[in-house]
Amino acid sequence: MPDQLLYAMEAGLNGLMAGVMYALVALGFVLIFKASGIFNYAQGVLALFAALTLVGLQDGQVPFAHLINAVFGTDLHSFGWTLPAVVAIALAAGVMVLLAVVIEKLVLQHLVNQAPIILFMATIGMAYFLEGLGDLMWGADIKKLDIGLPQGINETIDTLTYNAFGYGFFIDNLDIVATVVAAVLVISLTLFSQYTKYGRALRAVADDHQAALSVGISLRFIWVLVWSIAGIVALVAGIMWGSKSGVQFSLSLIALKALPVLMLGGFTSIPGAIVGGLIIGMGEKLFEFWIGPMIGGATENWFAYVLALVFLVFRPQGLFGEKIIERV
Amino acid sequence: MLDAGKTETLLEVNNIEVIYNHVILVLKGVSLAVPKGGITALLGGNGAGKTTTLKAISNLLHSERGEVTKGSILYRGERVQDLDPAALVKLGVIQVMEGRHCFEHLTVEENLLTGAYTRTDTGAIAADLDMVYTYFPRLKERRRSQAGYTSGGEQQMVAIGRALMSKPETILLDEPSMGLAPQLVEQIFEIVKAVNEKEGVTFLLAEQNTNVALRYAHYGYILESGRVVMDGPAKDLRENPDVKEFYLGMSDEGRKSFRDVRSYRRRKRWLA
Ligand SMILES: Nc1ncnc2c1ncn2[C@@H]1O[C@H](COP(=O)(O)OP(=O)(O)O)[C@@H](O)[C@H]1O
Ligand SMILES: [Mg+2]
Repeated sequence: MPDQLLYAMEAGLNGLMAGVMYALVALGFVLIFKASGIFNYAQGVLALFAALTLVGLQDGQVPFAHLINAVFGTDLHSFGWTLPAVVAIALAAGVMVLLAVVIEKLVLQHLVNQAPIILFMATIGMAYFLEGLGDLMWGADIKKLDIGLPQGINETIDTLTYNAFGYGFFIDNLDIVATVVAAVLVISLTLFSQYTKYGRALRAVADDHQAALSVGISLRFIWVLVWSIAGIVALVAGIMWGSKSGVQFSLSLIALKALPVLMLGGFTSIPGAIVGGLIIGMGEKLFEFWIGPMIGGATENWFAYVLALVFLVFRPQGLFGEKIIERV
Repeated sequence: MLDAGKTETLLEVNNIEVIYNHVILVLKGVSLAVPKGGITALLGGNGAGKTTTLKAISNLLHSERGEVTKGSILYRGERVQDLDPAALVKLGVIQVMEGRHCFEHLTVEENLLTGAYTRTDTGAIAADLDMVYTYFPRLKERRRSQAGYTSGGEQQMVAIGRALMSKPETILLDEPSMGLAPQLVEQIFEIVKAVNEKEGVTFLLAEQNTNVALRYAHYGYILESGRVVMDGPAKDLRENPDVKEFYLGMSDEGRKSFRDVRSYRRRKRWLA
């Protein structure tokens, strides 16, 4: 096999795995958008906040330490423990659920029946607030997130591909883990939404919230539920990105990568988020590999958006945008 | 047949006023009583306030920025106007909305199951699903179809069946005849009658189709611009010359259209 093709295959595979990450973030957007018609600008910050909380809990940091020390003249920093990763993850998930309850109580509940643009603006406000809250609680320094996921080159794949093609592929173990976790997450979400009472209620609300109210489904409960799920999806995304490149403000910018995924896959489709993520992940790596050198590189910054725009022109509802049922 | 004199009043609406968006006064003092086990019709033309009355009872007004500003609504003698819709469903009062409002991406069976959302006796739900399918055999054939792709008549059946799944004591049924062929309308009303007689479900039924409604109801109220202008046993309303003339489209002088009539004449006769 020609070397060029092998390199391209390697780049493509790595792109697919990056795509899984994009898909994870896009998934959070889709869940909230489907259930409440809200485009949640804060989804990226949610991932940052979740990752910060996880690190903080795991390392036994005292939340609001700066504030407490400044006010009371104390010198608190750490509880002096290190929690096992599983416990820290469970606690962080609990915090995300709590956050969903608070968001519903303080924001969403008061904006019932408002125009989507108002809700969108509320989520912008939320994004900045959460960003500040994250800093205040856990400090603004760059943190290392390590929950013991395997990292570095996967030797098996390296050896196998070397024996087969005479060229070993570099695939990061972390990417493989992320892919498996994302797959498990999507499958469980699908099972939940198809086969449980609350999943059914969630889809009912997405279809017709007036009718959902009329059968006694509480919209407030459903909102807490979707924001909780979106928060936990954000936690998973935050763990994966944070393990790779540390937890810092730029983590919240992964939302920018999810936007073209949504344009491509449709705002209301879970499969769309996945496939959209994979297409963009792989597309941008291959494009960078083949076309990049000809036009001076750095195509990964804009390729996704251009691809999404092309799609928008030809298929505005996205690849998997929900079919609108028309009946007279 | 229901004897109005002996049965208890299940639902009582006392002189309610409803305002939308804080300014638009839509109901201007509506009172009605719904006896247990009966079919009570709420009649009137488009925009008379029938839907608003039903939503005031089921408390779906809030989500439309509507509010009951005066009067009271009692169910089994208890004030219910501050409860949320879910609490009312648990009390046994459920609304079937005008225009059916099926969950169109859910299957017919999933739609029916959402009706049981508030129930805690999960073991009994399967039996009730069978009960609904005996009233609507058509739905059993279509149970796996997406509701959005079923016909208007089937969607009306889904909407009523979904309400039945909540094990209701009272169903507030809004314009079941809307947009359906006369034959289907008759079929739907026959089922309503059967549910009323066999399951003992009380109905408050809003209809523009006075003719059909008065044949199936036991008692009727006629609404005009947010006021009750006439009420009485369905039999009497059917015989009433004004109702015949203005709502049933017939009179001694021959058929007349509603439009031809000058409103002051109607007011004078009914409010006298
Ligand atoms: N959400 C709303 N906001 C403002 N006005 C409304 C709203 N819903 C209904 N109305 C008005 O209230 C009046 C009664 O409407 P409705 O109760 O739907 O009558 P009906 O069901 O008898 O046709 C109409 O004039 C209608 O325009
Ligand atoms: Mg109406």
